[in-house]
Amino acid sequence: MSELKLKDLYDGFRDPATIRMLAAQIGEEAKALHEPLRIMEVCGGHTHTIMKYGLPQLLPDNIDFIHGPGCPVCIMPKERIDHAIALARMEDTILVTLGDMIRVPGSQSSLAAERAAGRDIRPLYTPMDALKIAKENPDKRVVFFAIGFETTTPMTAALLHAVVTQKVDNLYFHINHVLVPPAIDAIMSDGQAKINAFIGPSHVSVITGAKIYAPLPQKYGTPVVVCGFEPVDVMQGILMAVRQQKEGRAELEIEYSRSVTMEGNVKAQQLIDMYLQPRSHFRWRGIGDIPDSALELRDEFAYLDAEKVFAEVLPTEPIDDHKLCICGTILKGLAKPMECKVFGTACTPNSPLGSCMVSSEGACNAYYRYAGVLG
Amino acid sequence: MKQVQLSHGGGGEETNKLIHDLFYRHFKNDILIKAEDAAVLQTQGKIAFTTDSFTVSPLFFEGGDIGKLAVAGTVNDLSMMGAKPLYLSSAFMIEEGFAFEELERIVESMAKELEKSGAKIVCGDTKVVPRGSVDKLFINTAGIGAVMREGISSQAIKEGDVIIASRDIGRHGATVLMAREGLEVSADLGSDCETLWPAVEALLAENISVSALRDATRGGLAAVLNEWAENSDVCLEIEEAAIKVSDEVQGICEMFGFEATDLANEGTFVAAVAPMHAAFAVSALQRFGFCRDAAVIGRATTQYPGKVVLHSAFGSRRFLDLPKGELLPRIC
Repeated sequence: MSELKLKDLYDGFRDPATIRMLAAQIGEEAKALHEPLRIMEVCGGHTHTIMKYGLPQLLPDNIDFIHGPGCPVCIMPKERIDHAIALARMEDTILVTLGDMIRVPGSQSSLAAERAAGRDIRPLYTPMDALKIAKENPDKRVVFFAIGFETTTPMTAALLHAVVTQKVDNLYFHINHVLVPPAIDAIMSDGQAKINAFIGPSHVSVITGAKIYAPLPQKYGTPVVVCGFEPVDVMQGILMAVRQQKEGRAELEIEYSRSVTMEGNVKAQQLIDMYLQPRSHFRWRGIGDIPDSALELRDEFAYLDAEKVFAEVLPTEPIDDHKLCICGTILKGLAKPMECKVFGTACTPNSPLGSCMVSSEGACNAYYRYAGVLG
Repeated sequence: MKQVQLSHGGGGEETNKLIHDLFYRHFKNDILIKAEDAAVLQTQGKIAFTTDSFTVSPLFFEGGDIGKLAVAGTVNDLSMMGAKPLYLSSAFMIEEGFAFEELERIVESMAKELEKSGAKIVCGDTKVVPRGSVDKLFINTAGIGAVMREGISSQAIKEGDVIIASRDIGRHGATVLMAREGLEVSADLGSDCETLWPAVEALLAENISVSALRDATRGGLAAVLNEWAENSDVCLEIEEAAIKVSDEVQGICEMFGFEATDLANEGTFVAAVAPMHAAFAVSALQRFGFCRDAAVIGRATTQYPGKVVLHSAFGSRRFLDLPKGELLPRIC
C-alpha cells in the first residue's frame, strides 16, 4: 500500500492565486444576474469553510449565503440528547459517541456534565473504536449513540456488521442518522425560504452519489452544485451556480468530480441497507417532524437497538428549545445568526442556549468564532 | 520486571533507597544531597517563581516524554519572563505497579534536559498511590529563576510591535494525539518539546527590545495571541501565510477538523519585539536548530483592541478566536 501523504488532503485547494482568480470571475459574471443569488449551503461544513476563509468578503453584494440544516448536532432534538443521558446513567454502562455531541445541552444536563458527575462517557475518533471498548469491557454494556448524515452512516453500518459477524453481545446502538434530501424538501416545500441555488456537500455524495439531488432542480427550479469543502472548491461551486443562473439553467452539477459520481459508493449503500431502514418519523430540532428523514435499525436487529432494549429508561416527551433561541428559524434558512437577540450575549459557545452555537459545525458558532464585527 | 510498590512511598527504607539510588544519582548537586527539609538558596536581585504539573498520556511520545516535558515546561515558564532558570523542585506522584525501568528513563531524561539551561533540581517529593489513583505518573515541578531583563509582560505590547513565532506550530498536540489514538499516518512527526532558555538568552544578550514572550503550550498560538491582545489592549494582526505549519500537523488537522493554531506546543514561543529589532531578533533565533523557522507573523495595531485578526493570503480576514473546551474531532 502506498503511504498516505497528508499534504494530499488539502494541497492546492487553498491556493491564493486561484481563489483571487475565481473571486474576480464570479464578480464579473455576477453582474449579469437579474436577481440576487441566494445560495443555501446545506451542510455545516460548508458554513464553516465560508466563514473561516472569509469568502463573503471576496464576493459581490448580489451573492448571499443562507445556512442550511446540515449539522448533525444542531438538528438533534433535546429529547434524543436526554436519551443519551438516560442511557449513560444506567449501571455498568459506557456511552460512546462522536465529537461535539458531548457538549450539547439536553433538557436538564449534557453528556459533558454527566461525565464530570462520574458517568463513563467517551468520545470516539472513529466508530470502530466502540468495538474495541466493548471487547475490553466484557462485564459492561456499551451503547453507541450514533449521529450524522449520510457521511457517517457507513461507519455505523460497518460497526454493526462487525458486531453481528463477530457475535459481540455487549454493544448496543442508538441510531440518529439523518438524511439530507428530505430536509431540503421540507424547507423548500414550506415556501418561506427564499433560496434559488444550492451547494450540496461532497462527502455525502461520495457515499450516496450526486443522484440524491436529481429531483431538486426540476421541482424547485434551483441549480444544485455538489461541492467540496476547500475554499477553491466552494468558490468554484459558486461560480458554477452563478453561471447556471445567468444562463437560465437549473441543473445538477458536480464540482467535486475528484471523488463524486452520480451513483456513489454502491458497496457502502448496500451495507447500510443491510442493517438500517428508513424511519417513518424523526423530529428535527427547531424544524419539527420530517417523515422518512432518518434511519433506524432493521427489525431483525432489534436486539441491538438501545431504543427498544432499554425503552423503559428513555423519556418520550418532545422538548422544545429555549424560547429566545431562533436556531429553528436559522436552520430553515429564514434568519442569520446575528438576527438572534441572544447571539453573542446570552448565547455563546461557552454557554450555548441553542445547538447552532454549541456545534463547531453550527452556523452560530461559525459566525461567533470567525465573523464578529468583521461581518 | 521491577515495579514501584506502595512501600516505596512509605517514608522508610524503600523510600530512602529510591531517593538515593534513583533521584540523587541523576539529579546530583550540592544542595540536593544535603537532604534537608528545604533547600537553602542564594540568589541576587529579582527572582521569578513558577510551578506546573504534568499529566501527559502516553508518557513517552515521539520527541520527548513526561520528564523532558516537566523540566522544559517549568524552565520555559521562567525563560518567558526573561529569567535565567536556576533551581527546580520535582514531585513525583507514582501509581503503584509502575515499572522502575520506565521511571529511570524518565529521570534520566529530566537530568539531560536540565543540562540545557544549567538549572538544578534542589528539592523534591515522592508519593506512591494505590492503583487507579493516578494515571501511571504525574510530575509537578516548580522553578526559580533570576530575572535578567525586567518589564517583559503580556501587558507591555505596544502598537507597532512585531510578533515573531519561533518555529512551526502544533507539533506537540498533533504528536500526542497520534500516539494516543495509535494513528500511523506519518513517520515524520515529533513533539517540539525543548528547553527554550538558550534562545531567549540570545535575544537578551543581543539587547533586543522585547515587550513580551510566551510559550504557546495548551491552547496553542491562538490562546497566546488572544491573551496578549486582551492584556495589552491591542489588536494583533496576523498573516496566516506567515504561520508555519508542517505538512504532517496540517494533515492531522484536516483529518480531525482541528486548527493548528489551537494545538499545544512544548518548544515554541511567541515574541513581541520593537519593530526596528524584528529582523535582528529573527536572525538571532535562527541560529538555534529548534528556531530555524523563526519568522515574523504579524504586528500590533489599534484596529480592534483586544482581538486577533487573521489575514488570509487571498485578501479576506477573520478573527482568530480562543480555542473552546476540550479538543474533540469533528463529526463529519
